[in-house]
Amino acid sequence: MTQNIIELSAAELAQKLAEREVTSVQAVEAHLERIAATDGRPVEADNPYAGKTGLNAFLHVNTEEALSVAAEVDAARESGEDLPELAGVPIAVKDLIVTKGQPTTAASKMLEGWMSPYDGTVTQRLRAARMPMLGKTNLDEFAMGSTTEHSAYGVTRNPWDLTRIPGGSGGGSAAAVTAFQAPLALGTDTGGSIRQPAAVTGSVGVKPTYGSVSRYGVIAMASSLDQVGPCSRTVLDAALLHEVVGGHDPQDSTSLTDPATGFASAARAGAAEGGLKGLRVGVVKELTGEGFQAGVEQRFREAVDLLRSAGAEVVEVETPNFRYALGAYYLIMSSEVSSNLAKYDGVRFGRRTLPTDGNLTIERVMGATRAAGFGAEVKRRTILGTYALSAGYYDAYYGSAQKVRTLVQRDFNAAFEKCDVLISPTAPTTAFPIGSVDEHADPMQMYLNDVATIPTNLAGVPAISLPAGLAPEDGLPVGVQFMAPAREDARLYCAGAGLEALLTQANGGPIWKDLPDVVTAVNNLPGTTSAVATEGAAK
Amino acid sequence: MSEITRDTVAHLATLAHIEMSEEQLQAMAGELQQIVGAVAQVSEVAGDDVPATSHPLPLRNVMREDVVGEPLTAEEALSGAPDAEDGQFKVPAILEED
Repeated sequence: MTQNIIELSAAELAQKLAEREVTSVQAVEAHLERIAATDGRPVEADNPYAGKTGLNAFLHVNTEEALSVAAEVDAARESGEDLPELAGVPIAVKDLIVTKGQPTTAASKMLEGWMSPYDGTVTQRLRAARMPMLGKTNLDEFAMGSTTEHSAYGVTRNPWDLTRIPGGSGGGSAAAVTAFQAPLALGTDTGGSIRQPAAVTGSVGVKPTYGSVSRYGVIAMASSLDQVGPCSRTVLDAALLHEVVGGHDPQDSTSLTDPATGFASAARAGAAEGGLKGLRVGVVKELTGEGFQAGVEQRFREAVDLLRSAGAEVVEVETPNFRYALGAYYLIMSSEVSSNLAKYDGVRFGRRTLPTDGNLTIERVMGATRAAGFGAEVKRRTILGTYALSAGYYDAYYGSAQKVRTLVQRDFNAAFEKCDVLISPTAPTTAFPIGSVDEHADPMQMYLNDVATIPTNLAGVPAISLPAGLAPEDGLPVGVQFMAPAREDARLYCAGAGLEALLTQANGGPIWKDLPDVVTAVNNLPGTTSAVATEGAAK
Repeated sequence: MSEITRDTVAHLATLAHIEMSEEQLQAMAGELQQIVGAVAQVSEVAGDDVPATSHPLPLRNVMREDVVGEPLTAEEALSGAPDAEDGQFKVPAILEED
């Protein structure tokens, strides 16, 4: 074997497994070793809230089960059993998705140590596909945030620069695939939580059409916006994973009946010679210019030029109502949050905190439990949603936001009459330093990260983010995003893989050829050295 | 848009069942005022002729067949509860004792 196992894409690894060049146990062991070398140790032995000294992409590592599933796959292959395409390929799962046998915390103190008594549908499908689960990845608490700084268990670090955020909410899944801790991961995207982390870590992330992937067993944030999707390093890998987890599920009443097929073949067709010829690409005028970092704009323009040179027809489209999308999103999302999170009542699961004085009524226990169990951002959004839904304000806020949602959908419909896919930068900036945004002084500043990703969630249409290179001014990854009409997810994989091939050729290799040595960077972190030294001294 | 005061937040926190300190109420009032100020323009965008969208896809209520399945056992359902007794969730007193 000439190439390190962890550097293989999922498709490459699947092929080597099928050809018996590598075993699944070897693949799982290689990734577990990588996690051990890069994720760090607990900063404080008895305090999980202090986080870990390294990337901190994983909240739980599922060593035993992953190895045993891998051994079963190897044995099955040995006995000649017909196996699914990705059998034996390991995967990481965002800790918002429930899994039997592993804790599910949503990165909240509210669910610390909680063991789900059932598997989510996507979890079941990973088991059916015989993919070993490496563990559960970090996120902003209940998926609320754009940095993972709102995780109760410490921030995840960006593998490109450990002092910077990996995006959010799915920063753990994006960091894991970027740092070669896993070839694949699952994320969830309510307003950009798969795509914005992909953009700032130089990885690939897809938000499928609403209803393409089941939400059963995915801890709900905002039910009319949430969607599960793949995280990977290549577009083809995302397509393969989408085919595994997608498709109809009777357990989710919003599940589409369309089969999740044809994504990988679309990716292969797009990457082939002439695959983009005649593709009509619409540049969204409202998602460029003011508020977008110069280097982000530059790499975006170059990507559009590459598409044009490959025979795509590039047009400009106007979506005048996108400017109201952020406001509408924060009202709708927070309203649904306030409703969905009412279930954390200190009765049925998770934490119960008793008030320190006075009578122990259920109301007071609930108030104390939620005060202790929720972090600041979750409280902020719950209170905002309670306000937007309260008597006297409902029509002005929630009702109006739902009308804006209609206008955003109409903008998409009009745009898709002129082109097959839309394109924009995924996030307005590259990764910024951890702790650099003061959310208390200016809570809206953080929310602006999602300005380009939110419209698709409001409209339910699918989108993919893929790396477009490094910004010249800071050397950090830039993401571009394709958007397609609902149920046309295959177009994303075609356009995405086509652009990916063009960029790889133009840049002389994939983006991760420039990734700094993460193991060295982690070992050089100030916290790591002292933690290791302390432990060494204790021995 | 009306002003969001400390008392507004105190009322909302009661509705949302989140205990908040005096300091938190004051801080949240300021933050909420900023957020609501920034998003309030949505109420001026769409006229009466624009229908509301509550859901991204035009789906009607979907009902599945009413068949006997294998749901969680009572024991499994109670496995994550903070307190349980005799196969039921156990809660503190519901009513104030005066």
